[in-house]
Amino acid sequence: MKSSKGLSRITAIGAAGITLLLLSIVGCLAVGSVHMPFGEITRILLHHIPGLQDLFPPTWEDASAQIMMKVRLPRVMLALFVGASLGTAGAAFQGVLRNPLADPYTLGVSSGASVGAAVLITFNLQLALFGQWSIPIVAFVTAVMTLLVVLLMARHSGKMAIETLILSGVVVNAFLGACVSFMVSMSKQTVNDILYWTMGSLALRGWQYVLIIAPYFLITFIILCAYARPLNLLSLGERQAAHLGLHVERTKWIVLLTATLVTAGAVSVSGVIGFVGLVVPHMLRLMIGPDYRLLMPMSAIGGAIYVMWADTIARSILAPTEIPLGVVTAFVGAPFFAYLLIRNKKKQRLG
Amino acid sequence: MKRMSSLQQHGWVHPDQDRAQAACPHALQISHIHHAYGSRAILQDLSFQVKNGEWVGIIGPNGSGKSTLLSLLSRAERLQSGHIEVYNKPIEAYKRKELSQLMAVLQQEALPSLPFSVREVVEMGRFPHQSWFGGEKQDSTALVDHIMEQLELTQLAEQPLEQLSGGQRQRAALGKLMAQSPSLVLLDEPTTYLDIHHQVQFMDVISEWQQDCGLTVVSVLHDLNLAALYCDRILVLHQGQLVADGAPEDIMTSQILSDVFETRTVIVPHPEVAKPQVLICTDKQ
Repeated sequence: MKSSKGLSRITAIGAAGITLLLLSIVGCLAVGSVHMPFGEITRILLHHIPGLQDLFPPTWEDASAQIMMKVRLPRVMLALFVGASLGTAGAAFQGVLRNPLADPYTLGVSSGASVGAAVLITFNLQLALFGQWSIPIVAFVTAVMTLLVVLLMARHSGKMAIETLILSGVVVNAFLGACVSFMVSMSKQTVNDILYWTMGSLALRGWQYVLIIAPYFLITFIILCAYARPLNLLSLGERQAAHLGLHVERTKWIVLLTATLVTAGAVSVSGVIGFVGLVVPHMLRLMIGPDYRLLMPMSAIGGAIYVMWADTIARSILAPTEIPLGVVTAFVGAPFFAYLLIRNKKKQRLG
Repeated sequence: MKRMSSLQQHGWVHPDQDRAQAACPHALQISHIHHAYGSRAILQDLSFQVKNGEWVGIIGPNGSGKSTLLSLLSRAERLQSGHIEVYNKPIEAYKRKELSQLMAVLQQEALPSLPFSVREVVEMGRFPHQSWFGGEKQDSTALVDHIMEQLELTQLAEQPLEQLSGGQRQRAALGKLMAQSPSLVLLDEPTTYLDIHHQVQFMDVISEWQQDCGLTVVSVLHDLNLAALYCDRILVLHQGQLVADGAPEDIMTSQILSDVFETRTVIVPHPEVAKPQVLICTDKQ
């Protein structure tokens, strides 16, 4: 089915993506208050890969290894998985909803999670229920509950019309957004914790978070990639896809549910990081085309790279003050996206 | 356009289809269909059969139930009462992919404006024959190549759909339909948006496909003259009921057309082929 030309193109794009990802990991690890050279970072990383310990004996100071393995690497890895989750989810949402404005938060996941987090913060219960996991667990649960409410609202005689689904999402987002704003306005703090949570952050999370989100991301990622071909068919329209033998409603349910779960996972550990899930799939579509077999994995890689660099900027540019991550993703992403749109418009006029 | 007789060699008709066709003389058996939206009856006690290899045209005024009938035949809408059998098997007993291997549908609306290339869209027609990961028992590259050549799409293979004209886009849709290699196709007013050159080209391709591969065609048509030229048999729908059924020369009479369309017409024989053609009369001076 794929021509050899198509196959070599896929290999080239995939290799470029993975190379960029690895370079970004090393690059983001290098930035921080303590200077570390690239060579040293690479050697420390390779030293920790099983089987390679002997090839890369420790020639570095113990303090460097400590900073890297305990502080910087978990944060960069968390950024990687959060970004990959949002990128994949964004591609999936745009595939099913076939709306250019669709993103992982369209169906209310972010506001659902925010309400959960805001309630805990307002009543000072951040550590009350499950210790440090209170906010992530509650945010995850309220996010999933919100999704179920939206899906039930949009369901009509066993089918979900896309327009109704998006409108239900808008309604629920507006309502829950108002709840969060109310709690923010009632709070007496000058620097508001709720507001900060809704702008996203990866500070002070540590390895446990990575170890929870990594397998969770991988499972949902595999499911979404397996739906790449059905998503291609869906872009022809639901009826066309049905005539080609696709279970349209089942596909929509599974993809929306999986994409929402992966989003809820990311949001519950990092807060609301906007713009990634909207812009990364769009950018990639402009660069590599609309085929979800390529777009889905590349959106994961693209989202990972995007959030890793955004977080590096967020923690370093005004160090020791941290800028909220959601601010950086939008601040950098919007102009870049605008540039790509303009370039594409020019190309179309010439071509 | 080239002849299609070589298509069989490219795995055009797969063995399951042959068996299904050999086993029963009818591609479609429709009996006592009723359909209503709320209290409004759309189809009333409709029964007819479509023979294997036959081209059946369905004509009738707007709102006579043509599109609903086609939706039911393609299982886009659920049957309310009555029976539809596709190759002697109730339509609801088919799995989705199974049905799509036998039956393809060309919608009236053109394909959407997408950045997918023409070749990618044509290849999507193979979906019902593919496993979950996109593999096929037999490589379909040669088949797709052949269809592209047939429809003069080879030059456009890498062009994105969004840059094509209406006629080219409809050809790509037809390519996708052919790649599906069905034994039965349903066409919903397929020539609506085409100029006369592309209308004739489109109908000729279907006609050759029908003759070479024994394809069964059910088409809803607004253009009575095209229907008379190409269809073996014409069904006339009026207010949800079948009011006439027969060869074009029996159906195309001023009386029937005036009863159904409430329009005065004159029927003349086509000067080149033995088919009736319709001239429309007006009361304007």
